[in-house]
Amino acid sequence: MRPLTDEETKTMFEKLSKYIGENIRLLIDRPDGTYCFRLHNDRVYYMSERILKLATNISRDKLVSVGTCFGKFTKTQKFRLHITALDFLAPYAKFKVWVKPGSEQSFLYGNHIMKSGLGRITENTAQYQGVVVYSMADVPLGFGVAAKTTQECRMVDPMSIVVFHQADIGEYIRSEDTLT
Amino acid sequence: MASCSVEDVLAKAERDEAEKLKGITVSKELDLEFDPGNLLAFDKNRIDTREFKDSKREDFLRSLARDNTQLLINEIWKLPTERVEEVIVAKLPDPTTLLPREKPAPKPKPPTKWEQFAKLKGIQKKKKTNLVWDEVHKEWKRRWGYKRAKDDTKEWLIEVPVNADPNEDQFAKRNKAKKERVARNEYNRLKNIARAQKIKVPGMGLAPTPQQSKAELAQAVNIAKISTASVGKFQDNLPKEKTPKNTGKKRKFQPLIGDFSSEKQKQLDLLKVMDSKKPRLDITKAVNKQMREEDMESRKKNKKDFGKKGQRGKMSGKGKGKAGGKGKGPKGKGRKPQMKQGKR
Repeated sequence: MRPLTDEETKTMFEKLSKYIGENIRLLIDRPDGTYCFRLHNDRVYYMSERILKLATNISRDKLVSVGTCFGKFTKTQKFRLHITALDFLAPYAKFKVWVKPGSEQSFLYGNHIMKSGLGRITENTAQYQGVVVYSMADVPLGFGVAAKTTQECRMVDPMSIVVFHQADIGEYIRSEDTLT
Repeated sequence: MASCSVEDVLAKAERDEAEKLKGITVSKELDLEFDPGNLLAFDKNRIDTREFKDSKREDFLRSLARDNTQLLINEIWKLPTERVEEVIVAKLPDPTTLLPREKPAPKPKPPTKWEQFAKLKGIQKKKKTNLVWDEVHKEWKRRWGYKRAKDDTKEWLIEVPVNADPNEDQFAKRNKAKKERVARNEYNRLKNIARAQKIKVPGMGLAPTPQQSKAELAQAVNIAKISTASVGKFQDNLPKEKTPKNTGKKRKFQPLIGDFSSEKQKQLDLLKVMDSKKPRLDITKAVNKQMREEDMESRKKNKKDFGKKGQRGKMSGKGKGKAGGKGKGPKGKGRKPQMKQGKR
């Protein structure tokens, strides 16, 4: 386990800011305790300082996971956000997409969201903006990337993709082994 | 008639015979000098200039060549012959004429470092025997090389010396020492060659290309700096030089439980820098905003006119306006004039 280097921190913040914008500072600077990011086996974990101090007592090879896993760095140092970060990112999301109950299950199986399944979308969403996907009951379902701007969403045909799937809570069952 | 012809024929036959004989025997004032090893015949006879006139020149030359060649062939026939695959072959002796060099004579090589030292100290080369008696194997073995007499890399037992670390691998130590000796030997050999041929060898840490990159030069400077007896500890820095840290290959990370507040501060600063790098005015967003406003305007107008003048074709206010400067432009060049859509 080690802290992130400057380059790694930068890459990760860039990815996170795609979804929550400048609200990252609320993750770094929390009023209810010091939380920090640590890297272990190429995965980034977000944990409180108390948990960190406890985790130092476990040897590296025996340590599986600490705190919550936000994502991992690939071999070429790109950052991939995992679904386990949803609980921390959903409250701070800047751009949200609500999906209709009918195509909720389709999204949870890993498919993209089509215009026919789109319930609501925040105004001013840019193209390829990171979004958090909610169900109509305001339950966060996962992450996505807006395929079209809000304007364009209004005008396209119902069969075109409006949100690309990035991560969904169905992955807790589908990729149980690789999530840690 | 017949007798005439017979006489003619006889005369002709006699002349032919004379020709043939003449062919084999050639009379010269001075005998030729022969070098059968080089198939060389050297004719020192004088040439009559009369025979060298234009018209007769070719014939004269041809006959001269023929005569000399004939003499050379006669000489070759005098050599001992043997039969090789049904062909009679003459055995040529060694050539006697010295031919000049094809290439210039080689220059003497400059002495190597060791040769210079030996000359200086007066060390003579001692002739050593090729084979050494190996007591262990009871046979003669080479002095050096493959299957040599005293090969200490092949020993199966090495005593640990008194002052050595008991956990050290003595075999590995020996192998490593040998590798280092071989590498040093090779390095010195190449240096000798470079010195002999006056090839410029780049210093330590530099690549052998003429153009070095900034990083390579910096690395060379760092290596030169630590190449002192105290590993660069007492080397002063140049006026604006910074002492390099982490020049080794090992990456150094921050401590795991370092100062949390400083970590937090660093991350916030990083965020601030990232924010400042982003352009204040996002062009696409501004364009989209403009388009949306025009849409709303046109829709409002549609609604109004719908009531007044009846159904009109839906106006798609999709005209692209200039990026209206709602705030300052990205480079702070001042506001761009907001282009208003004219009446359609």
